[in-house]
Amino acid sequence: MRRAHPVAWWGWALLLATAASRTGNPWLLALIVAVSGLVVTWCRGDEPWSGAYRVFLLIGGTAIAVRMVFYIVFGGADGATVLFTLPEVRLPDWAAGFRLGGAVTAEGALAAAYDGLRLATLLVCVGAANALASPRRLLRSMPAALYEVSVAVVVALSVAPQLVAGVARIRRARALRGTTGRGPAHFMRTVVVPVLHDALDRSLALAAAMASRGYGRAAGIPSRDRRATSAMLLTGLLGLCAGAYALLGSATPAPLAWSVLALGAAAAVFGIAFASARVPHTRYRTDRFSGRDWAVVASGAAAVAGTVAAAALDPGALWPAANPVSMPPVPPVAAAGIIAAAAPALLVPSARTAAAGRPA
Amino acid sequence: MIRFDQVTFRYADRPILDDASFTVPEGEFCLLVGATGAGKSTLLKSVNGLVPHFTGGTMSGEITVAGRPVRGSTPADLADVVGYVAQDPLAGFVTDDVELELAYTAEQLGIAPAAMRKRVTEIVDLLGLAEVRDRTLAALSSGQRQRVAIGAALVAGPRALVLDEPTSALDPGAADEVLSALHRLVHDLGVTVLLAEHRLERVVQYADSALLLEGGEVRAGDTGRILADSPVAPPVVHLGKLADWPGPPVTIRQARREAGGLRERLAGLAPAERGGPSAGPALLVAEAVTVDYPGVHAVDGIDLEARRGERIALMGRNGSGKSSLLWALQGTGKRSGGAVAIEGADPGGLKPVRRRTLAGLVPAEPADLLYADTVAAECEAADRDGGASAGACAKILADLAEGIGADTHPRDLSEGQRLALALAVTLTAAPPLLLLDEPTRGLDYPGKAALARRLRGLAEAGHCVAVATHDVEFVAEFADRVVILSDGQVVADGPAREIVSASPMFAPQVEKILPGWLTVAEVAAALGGADGGR
Repeated sequence: MRRAHPVAWWGWALLLATAASRTGNPWLLALIVAVSGLVVTWCRGDEPWSGAYRVFLLIGGTAIAVRMVFYIVFGGADGATVLFTLPEVRLPDWAAGFRLGGAVTAEGALAAAYDGLRLATLLVCVGAANALASPRRLLRSMPAALYEVSVAVVVALSVAPQLVAGVARIRRARALRGTTGRGPAHFMRTVVVPVLHDALDRSLALAAAMASRGYGRAAGIPSRDRRATSAMLLTGLLGLCAGAYALLGSATPAPLAWSVLALGAAAAVFGIAFASARVPHTRYRTDRFSGRDWAVVASGAAAVAGTVAAAALDPGALWPAANPVSMPPVPPVAAAGIIAAAAPALLVPSARTAAAGRPA
Repeated sequence: MIRFDQVTFRYADRPILDDASFTVPEGEFCLLVGATGAGKSTLLKSVNGLVPHFTGGTMSGEITVAGRPVRGSTPADLADVVGYVAQDPLAGFVTDDVELELAYTAEQLGIAPAAMRKRVTEIVDLLGLAEVRDRTLAALSSGQRQRVAIGAALVAGPRALVLDEPTSALDPGAADEVLSALHRLVHDLGVTVLLAEHRLERVVQYADSALLLEGGEVRAGDTGRILADSPVAPPVVHLGKLADWPGPPVTIRQARREAGGLRERLAGLAPAERGGPSAGPALLVAEAVTVDYPGVHAVDGIDLEARRGERIALMGRNGSGKSSLLWALQGTGKRSGGAVAIEGADPGGLKPVRRRTLAGLVPAEPADLLYADTVAAECEAADRDGGASAGACAKILADLAEGIGADTHPRDLSEGQRLALALAVTLTAAPPLLLLDEPTRGLDYPGKAALARRLRGLAEAGHCVAVATHDVEFVAEFADRVVILSDGQVVADGPAREIVSASPMFAPQVEKILPGWLTVAEVAAALGGADGGR
């Protein structure tokens, strides 16, 4: 049986991430992590990139820790319950609003933890997509008409899976070497830097192989058109980024944010379509988006729908107050939506049992 | 077909090609010969523009392929005239399935679906891939993967095919499959092939002509003449030079015809005995070792004993369990069952720091062991990791290799130097058992001879050295005992001379010409000629 389409997995994961970005409720965030974990455990294969989820869980954990450290050192939301007090450094007037050290309150710590958890959940969703979607099949689904941008696209799409595969190899080699040093700086120098180096090298090698196979061909297309496409794509991507940032932040009115996002998407899609129409490109076997793939995306959309409905019914429950410290409520509608996003675990056959039946 | 006209290429401060001019005529199978680091890969990549597009650097001169100038085109634009096959096929695969991989280039070139299906079927038949057509790439053997990579480069019908060490990671059998498939392509499709390979003994018999790249300059000519004055040449050429055979012959068949006189001179002589193991208790005792991965028994109940002073070669096809066995013996790798004892201790149950004082392993990618910015820093870190006195690693390195700059970045070293550094880092912990996984990949003949010499020195100093390798010529120079694995089991184990002579697959060139003799150096020593060896 064929696995779900990688674009479907990315759609599902990004929708789940969107749901996570629309709430600060720790119950809902934990539920999203649990649902993504369940689907990954059930649906992932045995490929090198399948370990991505664990790596991103680790990165998510680090994000929470970093957020907490930032709160403790630089301060943030304040409250009445002082846990402990650090020696405070007075900052000059131009840095008003910041502090160094000082009182650490339970309310502030809780708010920082919620915030960190939200970021971690976003990262974990990206990890789920990386673990589930075959980067190779995804590469094949990329539009051909990206020209100069194509190398960047290949590197961007393939570097995370390469990283995950590299981590295991480098850690084994460190054990051979008996490296004894401890601490983040040592880990950074002996594992993270070599792994990054190695992953980038491999991604570039893949990009070179794809280029020599004709990916990103511009034969016969005037350079003026190529530049126009690239400009369109870049504008579109900038619009997408600005729109997404505005949506996540609270300072921009939602209609404006949505329209920036839509405009960006339109520019990017138009740029790609405009260019693709001119590049001769055929398909040996089309990688069709089946009903099941749509169902996977729809289950992700259910999570977003749940948070949107919950926001309309009871906006307070999605953003529980950290001050005063209290047990946050569980909004039932949003929770139901997120649980619906676990549907792929039932819809998509486990890739590993499928692999076991394959002739070796 | 492929024409270089006064091509000069340099990275910022390092000249690679210096006024290179040559032509590879249409339909020729041309072999590119040169020492490690001579710039063979650079030359190959410049044929389809990967150099300088993906590497940077300054190029002057004119390269044309099938009349099309390479300058001004990207590698993608040239995909319809040049097919390029890189060293590691897995690193360049774009899809998961054999058929889709084969079709990829045709898709990018916009070939009509009906024509594309026909081309894919033709390629499948030409390369003998019919029975694996529906499989996933992950399920293929390494020889099949390499043939898929070649097929994928051929689907668009390029006029020239460029291959960078297509057989260096393959066992002798798989290498033969790949090379005879290539040979057929040259005959059936008239494709021009330009190929670089370190293991010349595998490819020479297929080549029509050769290019020698030395000091940035290129010389073209007949294979025999080029190899006669090349710094790298297969053993048969050295044997021919030693015996003053005309030519000299480059293939086993040619050499056998000349060998009568030499056989008479050697009658009654015998090669010097290879030093055996020292007496005393076994250093390594492995009993019924198994390593299981989902669906495979990679190592399936292996018993192995080894003593200090032994030089063991582990041979066998790709996937026969050599690497898994090495990793399990060292203790860092997985072991599903059985017992391993090195000097009485089980390395699997020890902490990594203690484990590496019993057994050191240099992995197939020696660079994995390294992490510092300079050779000096790497050596200092190794001293700290190994709890050795300051300067210990640097001293070992100086004994292993000369002229490695202390400020060089490990990534800028040559393959042989990097291997020496990884070996020095491993030896800093002074392990009695030294394991090396496929160390000769990327080494030329002088590099391999130097490695064999170093490892012999270590064995004489009381280490037990075990090497997993496909390289029959290296085994002939290095090993005194050969263990052959198949499907995770030991199928042969004994003195090197006996084992390799018994199998045409694992016999070195000299043995095929002069039964009973393994290396040119042995023959030279027996003849009393001190200048014959390398």
